[in-house]
Amino acid sequence: MTKVVVAGAGSIGSLLAAHLARVADVTVLTRREEHAVALREGGLRVSGRGDFTARLGATSDPGALPAAAELAILACKSTDLEPLAARLEGALARATVMTIQNGLGAEEIVAAHGEWPLLSAVTFMSGTRRGDAHVEYVLDTATWIGPFRGTTEADARRVAELIEAGGLKAQAFPDLRPAQWSKLVFNATVNGVAALTGLPHDFHFAQTEKRSDLGHLVRDLVDEGKAIAAAAGVDLHDDPWEMNVLATRRGHRHFPSMLEDVEARRPTEVELINGALVREADRHEVAVPLQTTLYRLVKAREASYLE
Amino acid sequence: MGCGAVGSLFAAHLSLLDDVETWAFDLNELHIAAINRDGLRLSGAGEVVGHPRGTSDPAALPPCDFGIVATKAMHTRPAIAATAHAFADGCVATVQNGLGNEEELAGHVERVIRGTTFPAGKLLEPGHVQWDVKGETTLGPFDGRTPEAEVQRLADACTRAGMPAEAVDDARGPQWRKVIFNASTNPIGALTGLTHGRVCERPDLRALVTGLVDEGKAVAAAQGIELDADPEELIDHAARKDVAYDHKASMLQDVEAQRQTEVDYLNGGIVRFGREGGVPTPLNAAIQALVKGVEASWTQS
Repeated sequence: MTKVVVAGAGSIGSLLAAHLARVADVTVLTRREEHAVALREGGLRVSGRGDFTARLGATSDPGALPAAAELAILACKSTDLEPLAARLEGALARATVMTIQNGLGAEEIVAAHGEWPLLSAVTFMSGTRRGDAHVEYVLDTATWIGPFRGTTEADARRVAELIEAGGLKAQAFPDLRPAQWSKLVFNATVNGVAALTGLPHDFHFAQTEKRSDLGHLVRDLVDEGKAIAAAAGVDLHDDPWEMNVLATRRGHRHFPSMLEDVEARRPTEVELINGALVREADRHEVAVPLQTTLYRLVKAREASYLE
Repeated sequence: MGCGAVGSLFAAHLSLLDDVETWAFDLNELHIAAINRDGLRLSGAGEVVGHPRGTSDPAALPPCDFGIVATKAMHTRPAIAATAHAFADGCVATVQNGLGNEEELAGHVERVIRGTTFPAGKLLEPGHVQWDVKGETTLGPFDGRTPEAEVQRLADACTRAGMPAEAVDDARGPQWRKVIFNASTNPIGALTGLTHGRVCERPDLRALVTGLVDEGKAVAAAQGIELDADPEELIDHAARKDVAYDHKASMLQDVEAQRQTEVDYLNGGIVRFGREGGVPTPLNAAIQALVKGVEASWTQS
């Protein structure tokens, strides 16, 4: 069986690890040893859209990861990626490494720590951690994969097929940037607005009846994001406004991670999402006053409890 | 009308005058009962015990020469709708925050006085208000229907009572100065959780405040309003450690207590007057939408 390492066992990492463990030999790299012990001893339970318990290996020691691993998925939050990539230096010599973080810049962070062939991914699935060894599978939307460094679309397709065989949705692309940027603009807008207002991603985000309705602001933010993408030469795969409208019509009130982070007073992914988008706007000399405002407000909100 | 902190400051002071009969109208019956039993006490910036006649019943109000409306802006309409009968031959002044209160009052009474007041405090317990800040009140006619002599008479009464007030021809300058100050700083505190001083010491956030101020100034200028002071200087002054560095904006206090904010009358007012004057106000509109989103988040099922 294919040997796979999943580094980071938050909700996305746990969903990938548990499903892949049905078709591959999976080892999870955790930060805390007691987390690894819990996974080794009791397996990883999936509820919600799935209902099974996966048997898998787990360790908190990068040196104990299988040297023969062919694929390593780095599924930590973007704020934890730099230290994770540093811990992996010199390990996983035979593996292709795949990033799956929100925002922009994850691939470059990992590239600086090793010569691994790299794949990019963005994921639209979601889950909720119910404990160290239990994840609820909430949204069964796809994970999109593309080549980044030393890889081809065929490599992306093999990984997508493995993920699909495990029971999740995945698709390979020759160039991930159009999809990655669609999600970037979507996340910068929706996560930022959710973090500031306390609203889950619900109907308010698409509401445009009254002049002061939130949907107008969301659409204006998305329009700025589209202008940045156009200036960067990226032809968006999906219209982020349509993504927003569709998501709010699903009838499910999704709590974006940035909102959960703010409520739990944790560091957010604002730098790799909103910060990355605004820096791209600066680089391409596109004026984005609303995205800039959103970025500044979320940074300041974060500072109110971190500083 | 409306005896929270600001209304109580006016009511307690005016009731000290021998030639003025002062009524305190508020829906908070505990507060009114305490006022009628023990008087209305102010402490802090000054010690005052006044004895206005308190009521929560609009029908109890006699015909009055003047009304002073000090409710939160979203309560203007019900307050004046219930009490307008008492001012059929009088003038009604607003000392509320925000834009649009005068227009609302003018829909119910003939003679309206535009007012802006700087004193502040908070209701500590029924019948007792903490007086935090002394300050001036500026009064001016809303339109040609309000006699200037009546504006002067109200200003004189306030001044004699210990609440210094000035009658002016056009009170929009101080009003817009205060609105721009509040609209550019209060919601930033409310959205980020930062005190006024911490908002101002983050250069990126201070730049956002300037962006909001500039929109407000442009809307005021398009109406021919001359601000009586630069909001930027007032904002920086207030950020000093010895002034209001640690002050939590009232809107932040509202958000923490999950009380409806006055954002529709601050940023929303600037947006509305901007639209009427053809002046774009994208930042104020964005801030209004975000704060409305915060309010919506409290009623989630």
